[in-house]
Amino acid sequence: MSATAEDPFGNAAATPDGGRAATTTGEALVEVRDLTKHFPITSGILFARQVGAVKAVDGVSFDVRRGETLGIVGETGCGKSTTARLVLRLLEPTAGEVRFEGEDITHLRGGALKALRREAQMIFQDPYSSLNPRKTIGSIIAEPFAVHGLEKDKGARKRAVQTLMETVGLNPEHYNRYPHEFSGGQRQRIGVARALALKPKLLIADEPVSALDVSIQAQVLNLLREMQREFGLTVVFIAHDLSVVRHMCDRVAVMYLGKIVEVGPGDSLYGFPRHPYTGALLSAVPVPDPSHHGKKRRLLTGDVPSPANPPSACRFHTRCPKAQPVCSVDDPPLEDKGSGTLTACHFPLTHAELEQMGVRSAA
Amino acid sequence: MTAYVIRRLLWGVLLLVLVTALTFVLFRVIPTGNPAVLRAGHDPQPHFIKELERVLGLNKSLPAQFWQYMKEIFLHFNFGYSYYNQEAVVSLIRERLPATLSLTVGAAMLWVIGGLTVGILSALKRHSFVDRLSMGGALVVLSAPEFWLGLIFLFLFANDIGKLKILPGSGSYVGLTSNPGKWFESLIMPWIVLASGSAAVFARLVRGSLIETMDEDYIRTARAKGLPEKSVVRQGVRSAINPAVTLLALEIGVLLGGAVLVETVFNIPGVGVLSYKAIQTADFSVIQGTVLLASMFIIVANIVADIAYAYLDPRVRYG
Amino acid sequence: MSDEPLLRVEDLKVEFATEDGVVHAVDGVTYQVFPGRTLGIVGESGSGKTVASLTTLGLTRLQGARISGRILFEGRDLVALPDSELRTIRGNEIAMIFQDPLSSLHPLYKIGRQLTEAVLAHRDVSKAKARERAIELLGWVGIPDPGRRIDDYPHEFSGGMRQRVMIAMALANDPKILIADEPTTALDVTVQAQILALMERLQEEFGMAIVIITHDMGVVAEMADDIAVMYAGRIVETASADMVFSGPEHPYTWGLLRSIPALDRPRGEDLVPIPGTPPSLIRPPSGCHFHPRCAYAQPDHARIDPSLDPVAPGSSHYVACLLSSEDRRRLWAELQAGRQPQQAIAEVGLPEATA
Repeated sequence: MSATAEDPFGNAAATPDGGRAATTTGEALVEVRDLTKHFPITSGILFARQVGAVKAVDGVSFDVRRGETLGIVGETGCGKSTTARLVLRLLEPTAGEVRFEGEDITHLRGGALKALRREAQMIFQDPYSSLNPRKTIGSIIAEPFAVHGLEKDKGARKRAVQTLMETVGLNPEHYNRYPHEFSGGQRQRIGVARALALKPKLLIADEPVSALDVSIQAQVLNLLREMQREFGLTVVFIAHDLSVVRHMCDRVAVMYLGKIVEVGPGDSLYGFPRHPYTGALLSAVPVPDPSHHGKKRRLLTGDVPSPANPPSACRFHTRCPKAQPVCSVDDPPLEDKGSGTLTACHFPLTHAELEQMGVRSAA
Repeated sequence: MTAYVIRRLLWGVLLLVLVTALTFVLFRVIPTGNPAVLRAGHDPQPHFIKELERVLGLNKSLPAQFWQYMKEIFLHFNFGYSYYNQEAVVSLIRERLPATLSLTVGAAMLWVIGGLTVGILSALKRHSFVDRLSMGGALVVLSAPEFWLGLIFLFLFANDIGKLKILPGSGSYVGLTSNPGKWFESLIMPWIVLASGSAAVFARLVRGSLIETMDEDYIRTARAKGLPEKSVVRQGVRSAINPAVTLLALEIGVLLGGAVLVETVFNIPGVGVLSYKAIQTADFSVIQGTVLLASMFIIVANIVADIAYAYLDPRVRYG
Repeated sequence: MSDEPLLRVEDLKVEFATEDGVVHAVDGVTYQVFPGRTLGIVGESGSGKTVASLTTLGLTRLQGARISGRILFEGRDLVALPDSELRTIRGNEIAMIFQDPLSSLHPLYKIGRQLTEAVLAHRDVSKAKARERAIELLGWVGIPDPGRRIDDYPHEFSGGMRQRVMIAMALANDPKILIADEPTTALDVTVQAQILALMERLQEEFGMAIVIITHDMGVVAEMADDIAVMYAGRIVETASADMVFSGPEHPYTWGLLRSIPALDRPRGEDLVPIPGTPPSLIRPPSGCHFHPRCAYAQPDHARIDPSLDPVAPGSSHYVACLLSSEDRRRLWAELQAGRQPQQAIAEVGLPEATA
C-alpha cells in the first residue's frame, strides 16, 4: 500500500491483505478528516469558565472502505470509543469533518440525521445494560422498524423480527421473553439483531465481546463475521484486545491519546509494527504459550498522561524509549515508512529492536 | 476544598438575598388587602392606617419599597414591627429563640444519635426480630403527626394529667439559665416527640445504606486483611453515613415545621408558638419575620451539610 | 523440587441456598499449592474458581455457605477453624487481592491508613513503625515518591497504581501464599504487563507461592507453573503449564485453547467456539458436567461422574474425563492437525457423539 500526494491514504491500490480484499472495492464508505472532539473542563467560584479541555479525539483522519473490517485498538483514554460515536454522529465533532458515502454528515440534524441511522448502526460493550430490561426482546429488535416507520403491518414486522432472531442464532419462539432471561452471549446476539434490523451499510462494534466469557466470545465473533458476509457489511471493530482485532480485521488503526499512531493492513501492522507504541502493545500481550515465558519484554514505564493535558508534539514521547528532542517539538505526521503501514513517528522501530522487545516480526 | 467552601458560602448568601426578596413579593402580592391594614393590628383607626402607609412607604413605587425593605433587613436588622404585640419583630423573636433552639437542637441530636444506632443495629441484624421491630416501629412513628404523638405522650406520662405521672406536663418549660434541671426534664417528652419522625426516616435510610455498603468490594478487602469484624463494620458505617448527611439538611426543614406543633402542644414559649399565634391573628410582620428566620436557618443548614459532605467524601471536592 | 504442599484443598464443596434452589458453586475440588510456585486456576464465570479461593480465607461463611471438605494449611484444617483463628491467617500468612482495585479500596480513607491497618491487624508495632513499613511497601511495588503518596486517596491514583497499592497491602505481613483473583482483568494491556512482571519479581524476592485466578489463557501461560482448569464447580484438568498447553487431555481445555485468537497463530484461521452456554449451578448436568457441550461425549457420560485421575500411574497430570487417555491423546493430535471434531472422532474410532 503506497501513499502518494493525491492519495494520502493509499486507497487507490487494492492490496491483498488477509485474504479478504476480494470484498473491498477500495471505495471509501466513510471518510474522516481531522476529526476533533474536545470536552470542556470548567472551573470557577461563581461562574463556570472553561479552563481546559479533555482532548478525547485530537485530529484523526482515516477512511473506512466499503466491505472491509477496520479495527481500532488502543488503551483507556485513547479516544477510540469517542471516535466511533463521532462517526455515527452520536456526538457532534468540535472540528473536522465526517463524510458518509460522500455526503458531509458532520453537522447533520433532525430528519437527515435520523436517515443516517438507517445506514449506520452500533453494537455496544455491555450486554447487560444496553438492553431495556422492561421490554421484550421482540419489541427491542422491532424498535428500529417502529422508529423509522417500516413494516407497519404487525404480522409482517413480527415475521421480520423472528427471521432476524433466527439469523443471529436465537430461538424465534423466545420473542416474548425479557432480557434478563438470556445469558450475556445471547444478549449480545439480541443487540446484533437490533443493529441489523434495517440492513445498515455500516456496523460499528464497540468492544462487543469484552464483557463475555472466552468460550462465548468465539461464538459472537464468528456470528459477526457471518453477518458481515451475509449482509455485505462494512464493519468498524473497536477493542483493546489485540489478538481479537487481528483475527477479525482487515486493517487496523492504533490510537494513543486521541491520535492515530499507526494504521495499515493487519499482516503489515502485526507483522512489522513500526510505531514504538504499537510495538509496546504487541510486546505486552501475554501469549497462550508457556514457552514464550521468559522472553524479554520492554515494559512501558508510568501511566498514560491525562487527555486533558497531553504531551506536546508526539503524544507518546514521554514514555517512548526512542524519544529524541525533536519528538517534543515536531508532531510527526502519518506517513508510509516503506513497510506497509502508515506510521506517525520520527524513529520507527527496526527489526532488531522488535526482536529485543520479544515481538516476532516478518521481513 | 477552600474554593468549594467559598463557592458554597457565596451561593448561600445569594440564596438568602433571593429568599428575602421572594418573601417581599409574597407578602405584598398575595394578601389582597391593604398591607397597612394587615399590619395595623386589631381594629385600627383610619388615620393610623394612613400613618402606617407612610411608614411602610406604600405611596412609593414598588421597586422603592423593595429597596427600603431590603435595606431595613440587611443593614438595620429591622424585620418590622408587630402592632399586635407592640414590639419589634426582632426583639420578639430574640426573646423566644432560646426556647426553640433548646427544643430543636436537642431534638436534632436525639434524632441523629437515635437514628444512627437503630439503623446500624437493624442493618447488622437484618431480618431478625430486632430489625423487624425497629423498622415496624419506625414506620408507625413517622406516620404519626407530631401533635398526636405529643398528646399521646402527655396522656401517658405527664405528671398532671397522665396515667404514669413521671414527667413534667405541658407548660412546664423554664429557661436553661433559670433552672437547668427543670429545663431538661420539661424537654424530655418534646424532644422525643419532635425527634422520632425524623429519627425513623433516618434509621431507615441508614439501614438501607449500610446494607448496600457492606456488600461493597472494599468491605471484602477489609475482611481479607484479617481485620476484626468490628473494624470492618466501622468502615462500612463510615461510607454509609455519607448519603445520610444530605438527608440531614432536608430534614431540618421538616424539624422546624414540627417544632411549631410540638411547641403548641407542650406550651413552650418559642418562635413556633409565636408564628402560630401570628397566623391566627394575621400579624403579618411577625409571619414575615419568622418565615425569613426559618429560611435562613434552612439555607445555613444546607450549606453546612454541603461542606460536611465534601469533608466526608474527598471525591466530591472537585465540584 | 516438589516439597510438601503449602496448601492442600481436598474435596471442597461449597453450596449456597438461594430463592431458586441450592447453588453448587464448588462441587468437589482438590488441588495443592507448593511453596515458591505459581498455580493458575483457569475458568470462566460460574466455574467456581473465585468461590473456592474465597472459601480458603473463610470469606464465604458470612453468605451462609455450606462448606464441606478440607483445606489443610500448616497442619490445620481451615474449613473447621473458628473465624477468630482464621482471622489470624487472613491478610497475614495467606493474602488475597481482587479484580477491581478501585472498588476494592475504601474510597474515603487515605491509602496510608489502609496500609497501616493491614500491618497493625497482625503485628504489635507502633503506628509510626507501621507507617514506615507502609512507605517501604509502596516503594517495593514501584509507587514513585511513596512518602508523599501515602497520604493520597485511592481515586487520586491510576488503575495500575491502585493495583500496586493492593499488592502492597497484601504483602504487608510477608504472606506465604498470595491469592490473586483476576488481578489484571480490569487493566490495560501495557499496565497488565507491568503488574504481572511486578508479581513475578516479588515472588522471586520473597519466595511466596502465588495462586492466580484468571480466564485469560495468555496470562496463565505466562505466570503459572501449574494449572488447574475448572468448569461448573469442578476441576477438569490439572497439570504443569507446559503440559496443559502442549498435551491437554480434556475436551473443555481443548475448547478453550481453540476458541481464543492468539498472536502467534496464523491470521484468518477460524475460531472454534465451544457450543452451548455455561450450565446452571442449581441444576447442573448429570454425570460429567461438560457432556452437553462436549463433541466427544458418549451415552453413559450423562450418567457417570468422572473422577480426577492421573493420566498414567504416577503422573502429575490429572484429568476428569471418561474417555481413555489414549483416545484423548489421539483426538488432540487430530485436532492439532486441523481436523474438525467430527472427523477426529471418526479417525480415532469413537462412536458418534449423541449428546
